[in-house]
Amino acid sequence: MDNLGLLADGFGAVLTPENLLYAAIGVLLGTFVGVLPGIGPAMAVALLLPVTYGLDPISAFIMFAGIYYGGMYGGSTTAILLNTPGESASVMTALEGNLMARAGRAAQALATAAIGSFIAGTIGTILVVFFAPALASVAVEIGAPSYFALMVLAMVMVTSVLGGSWLRGFIALFLGLTIGLVGLDINTGQPRLSFDQPLLADRIDVVVVAVAIFALGEALWVAAHLRRSPAHVIPVGRPWMSGADLKRSWGPWLRGTAFGFPFGALPAGGAEIPTFLSYVTEKRLAARKGHDEFGRGAIEGVAGPEAANNASAAGTFVPLLALGLPVTATSAVMLAALQGYGMEPGPGLMTDQPELVWALIASLLVGNVLLLVLNLPLAPLWAKLLRLPRPQLYAGILFFATLGAFATNLQAFDLFLLLLLGLLGLMMRRFALPVLPLILGVILGPLMEYRLREAMAISGGEVSALWSEPLAVVIYVIVAIAVVTPLVVRRVRPAPAAVAYDEGLDLTADDEEKVR
Amino acid sequence: MSTTLDTREADQAPGHDRDLAQLGLAALLVVVGAYTVYDASTLRVGFGDPVGPRVFPYIIGTVTGLLGVLLVLATLRGDVPQAEGGEDVDLRQPADWLTVLKLVGVLLFTVLTISTLGWAVNGALLFVGAAWSLGSRTLLRDVIVGLVLSVASWYFFHEGLGVILPAGILDGVL
Repeated sequence: MDNLGLLADGFGAVLTPENLLYAAIGVLLGTFVGVLPGIGPAMAVALLLPVTYGLDPISAFIMFAGIYYGGMYGGSTTAILLNTPGESASVMTALEGNLMARAGRAAQALATAAIGSFIAGTIGTILVVFFAPALASVAVEIGAPSYFALMVLAMVMVTSVLGGSWLRGFIALFLGLTIGLVGLDINTGQPRLSFDQPLLADRIDVVVVAVAIFALGEALWVAAHLRRSPAHVIPVGRPWMSGADLKRSWGPWLRGTAFGFPFGALPAGGAEIPTFLSYVTEKRLAARKGHDEFGRGAIEGVAGPEAANNASAAGTFVPLLALGLPVTATSAVMLAALQGYGMEPGPGLMTDQPELVWALIASLLVGNVLLLVLNLPLAPLWAKLLRLPRPQLYAGILFFATLGAFATNLQAFDLFLLLLLGLLGLMMRRFALPVLPLILGVILGPLMEYRLREAMAISGGEVSALWSEPLAVVIYVIVAIAVVTPLVVRRVRPAPAAVAYDEGLDLTADDEEKVR
Repeated sequence: MSTTLDTREADQAPGHDRDLAQLGLAALLVVVGAYTVYDASTLRVGFGDPVGPRVFPYIIGTVTGLLGVLLVLATLRGDVPQAEGGEDVDLRQPADWLTVLKLVGVLLFTVLTISTLGWAVNGALLFVGAAWSLGSRTLLRDVIVGLVLSVASWYFFHEGLGVILPAGILDGVL
């Protein structure tokens, strides 16, 4: 087991008292920001990224791993105690989790979420140890055309399959691709879309884009629709579980992990599908066993989806490290972060910078342990954060967003970009444009162009080179199926969906009437 | 950005409500797409590079423009955005764009003065201004919190991370 030996070396590099301190600070900061209402993990990571600048790569990784897991756990705390998931992946956790909290079992819900996250995250990360190098060694062989095809696949999947409206998804994607165009052309060095601004020719920093779209856009959107009545927060004691709870949780944890990891590891990933599958499975199993508590706060409904969510998050490291392909908003921000630490994710990464990769994976495992150790006792404290008065909370988010965007390059111009892109983020929320395709477009666009030009340069301008590799052809077939299937399904039986949609609209209209 | 969100309350019959503000977004897409194509046409094509710097922006610009046209069609057919709610988002109230405008003003002030006033002052002003815009009326407390946040973050970046945020008018004091 060569990989395990390398991982041991990674632990050797990571496990110093100083690094453990950074990891602890990372977990605390990540949870702190992640718990804040309205902030999902992607936003937490983007906001806290500048804090890790100025550290050497290994210390930065371990702090970053802490922030990452802390942000994820913080998100599920908000979901359980406020019934308001910070991101689509914790929707399923919120369902039963909040019911449990209302039934006075908040402590058990938080405990099963924390332990489930820990188990799924650990198993998932260990699977990354085996899968990422294997995939990378295959990936070294694949050429630019297949790479180009893979990026098309990731974009199409994220845009049309996972989102609600394909038109809105593609609008967001192409806005992102346009932002990705800004800056010097890679081959000829001419500025594109730069309006004669040297600072724009330098390319727009992905961190600025992420902070603007996630944090600023969200804060401005909330400002336009601020709920004036305070949200109801359920008080919580120290998380704990009885033996009976544990007995009911371990099955869902493991099954959730099994659902989550493969979806995360696929270029079509995301946590929405596995968390949903896990929820449905646990509900069926509970019904079959005859003690179906679903709808009244079933611990299985928290344990399963929460494990699926974390296992999928760990799984996203496989395509991220081995192919340089981010598939979720969080991993898109992560890719930007890794590049900031001087890592170039892709097939060459495992052979070029093995010590960094293994240190990162070891950091993830250490961060996961620290998360469990620190957050079980601290949960009541985090719950208090949910009571922060909203004006100060969002003022604080704006403060940290500005600080984060400014600290990256110390340019006032970046703040101007932040504001401009923040307004774009506001507009996207107003028109219900999904955020993830945009971020993916910004990051993948330049990579895609690079691969396209590489493929064309090799073939001497022969366009057919794009489908000259068998793998590329297979991927394009998958893309075609993914695009065509929903269209056909819609055409063959348009009635039920349309009726349900209309009824839904009617309902909200009625609700609005009642409120007035 | 306009206040047409309010027009939603007028419609009762589903399928007949239109969100005409979407036409503004569509226009923006067409303009962005067209400019992207124009900008690409001004680039010189290098040698030995069959794709060149133009192809990618041509494709992106064209598709962006097309998406704008498709959005016009979808809007006229009654396609309305399903805005996402959230813990602090109350979609049943009409949008309060005045608050957003105030926040944009506060941020713009920060952009324009950060080079002269410095982070410690600007950060505090940003926090106080944003909290005030969002409806906080505990001015003294906000000023104290803002000052603590900005001065602490200045020192944290300076000492802990080696990033020197501008001290501005407090140069020498901090």
